[in-house]
Amino acid sequence: MQLSREALLRAYRQMRVIREFEERLHVEIMTGEIAGFTHLYSGQEAVAVGVCEHLDHEDKIISTHRGHGHCLAKGCDVGMMMKEIWGSREGTCKGKGGSMHIADVAQGMLGANGIVGAGAPIAVGAALAAKLDGGGRVSIAFSGDGACNQGTTFEAMNLAVVTKAPCIFVFENNHYSEHTGWKYAVGTGSDIAGRAEAFGMRVWRGDGTDFFSVYETMRDVLEHVRGGNGPAAVEFDTERFFGHFEGDPQRYRGKGEIDRLRKVRDCLTKFRTRVTGADLLADGDFGRIDAEVRDLIEKSVSEARSAARPTADDVLSDVYISY
Amino acid sequence: MAKMMYREAVQNALFAEMERDENVILLGEDIVGGMGTDGGPEAIGGIWSTSVGLFGKFGPDRVIDTPISESAIIGAAAGLALSGKRPVAELMFADFIGVCLDQIWNQVGKFRYMFGGKTKCPMVIRMAYGAGFNAAAQHSQSVHQILTGMPGLKVVMPSTPADVKGLLTQSIRDDDPVIFLEHKALYASSGEVPEGDYTIPFGHARLARAGQDVTIVATGLMVGFCESVADRLAPEGIGCDVIDLRTTSPLDEEAILDSVEVTGRLVVVDEAPPRCSLATDIAALVGQKAFASLKVPLTMVTPPHTPIPFARELESAYLPSADKIEAAVRKIMAWR
Ligand SMILES: Cc1ncc(C[n+]2csc(CCOP(=O)(O)OP(=O)(O)O)c2C)c(N)n1
Ligand SMILES: [Mg+2]
Repeated sequence: MQLSREALLRAYRQMRVIREFEERLHVEIMTGEIAGFTHLYSGQEAVAVGVCEHLDHEDKIISTHRGHGHCLAKGCDVGMMMKEIWGSREGTCKGKGGSMHIADVAQGMLGANGIVGAGAPIAVGAALAAKLDGGGRVSIAFSGDGACNQGTTFEAMNLAVVTKAPCIFVFENNHYSEHTGWKYAVGTGSDIAGRAEAFGMRVWRGDGTDFFSVYETMRDVLEHVRGGNGPAAVEFDTERFFGHFEGDPQRYRGKGEIDRLRKVRDCLTKFRTRVTGADLLADGDFGRIDAEVRDLIEKSVSEARSAARPTADDVLSDVYISY
Repeated sequence: MAKMMYREAVQNALFAEMERDENVILLGEDIVGGMGTDGGPEAIGGIWSTSVGLFGKFGPDRVIDTPISESAIIGAAAGLALSGKRPVAELMFADFIGVCLDQIWNQVGKFRYMFGGKTKCPMVIRMAYGAGFNAAAQHSQSVHQILTGMPGLKVVMPSTPADVKGLLTQSIRDDDPVIFLEHKALYASSGEVPEGDYTIPFGHARLARAGQDVTIVATGLMVGFCESVADRLAPEGIGCDVIDLRTTSPLDEEAILDSVEVTGRLVVVDEAPPRCSLATDIAALVGQKAFASLKVPLTMVTPPHTPIPFARELESAYLPSADKIEAAVRKIMAWR
């Protein structure tokens, strides 16, 4: 099925926002202004966007430590996210959470998460709520190739199967969990989807560096899950362009690996080549979006820099609703 | 003596014990790094660089890089220990005890008692704890509060490289399960470490500073803060006895009580939240056994009863600091 011009423009813009956001953070972090651990999503944009373009705020997602892309794709505010990463009290979480804990439950974004494997069980609960409420809503757990080895992920998959929860386990296989290769850590001959299938659900596989592969795969997955057929899992083969966290020496990479990935596995380049090749969008469309997104990120950074800082009193609020 | 960093002292003790005893086995996430990658093994040697070079020396059977599976890591260590080995498991961050608490608490900590004293489970669970890196609520916690309350576990909190070496060596040789808490902010600190093989017995505190006026009890990163406070106050004639507990289970009650009997004033400094904690435990101890010695009410310097916040301003407001400890000491000295 052909996407409309508007849908194509929006998908590209979303991916570009994530890329620009992350590439800018990569530069800003080196200045020492941003505190804490930051895990960048560059390279994986097609997955977040290809999944979330099918969703609205009533569908739920839960993310990981590498959460910026999922948050942005699900509709979290760019400026507030940037402020959160800067630790401002005007940020998404008032500066209390930072990069690893950005959340916007009203948008159906149940949070980035610092504990690997914590998301999948929570996604099952959100899926059960969706089932109780009716209306064909789904819940999606994003997990990595590393998180797929966590017992919590296994338990969540089985629980989703036995309760027929409308839950989708999206595995982003970027081939690394921190410094370890997936070929070593995933015991099933590096097949994550096959393992999910053994839990008793239908599975799909797609190219996580190709927006159209993700988008079209997800159309089928969502039709299946929204149709009341229980959970499903998808494995997207994708790439992480930066280190595990900012500051990672990346000695596990092969020689020239990142240059090669950026050349042949860049979802933005692939999108552009395919869409201009088919005369769906023109170079001018991309140029316009690129400039607009650059301005947006520039503005969000300068606003984050001068945004209000939290004070010592803020430490004590938000622990409870009443106490 | 050799000058080395806290993290090097960890590696040093692991290396020496692995060389001495072939039953010492390491397991944990990325303790080798690079497994299954083009870059090849030993890409990292633990994210805190505490197992650098061990894989190359002792090989994959004794240095086991694991998938992200904390329950299985601790459970497997327990099984190894019940089968005659001496595993040293690493949790990358202490916060991840949440994932594997059953294995630590219901299994490892209880085997000996439940099995009528007829078995032993000699294993060490090392973990990096503590705040100061703006790593927020799930990567900054001090978990000794939780683990010290669990019968069957010994809990060690070294504050210097020399203590790391002696206490980790003791932990590995100890026949009981030991929780070994390494403070992230101390890894790059350095100090003199005695050459060769030595152990430091559990339950013996270290007197980091001696003074007659106030007893300050601390662990881990907090010890250095207290030492600097003692050094600041000494020229004013305020003498601080700074007690570095070294282990919170067993607890050197005698060192605390003896000191309080002399000073009559107690400040407990703890990086963990204030409720049901090491700080309250020591306060209760002194309240029961040295009440008559106290000249003034005792004081605790702890974070508030909140999760650990992210932003720089918030984290520093949250954490105990030398300034906050100094203010507490001055206040207790001025009390009448
Ligand atoms: C329970 C737990 N164990 C370990 C970690 C440390 N850690 C953070 S991210 C990560 C690797 C995750 O790999 P993967 O799931 O593939 O996600 P990716 O980083 O590739 O996005 C590890 C080991 C953690 N945060 N939580
Ligand atoms: Mg990964």
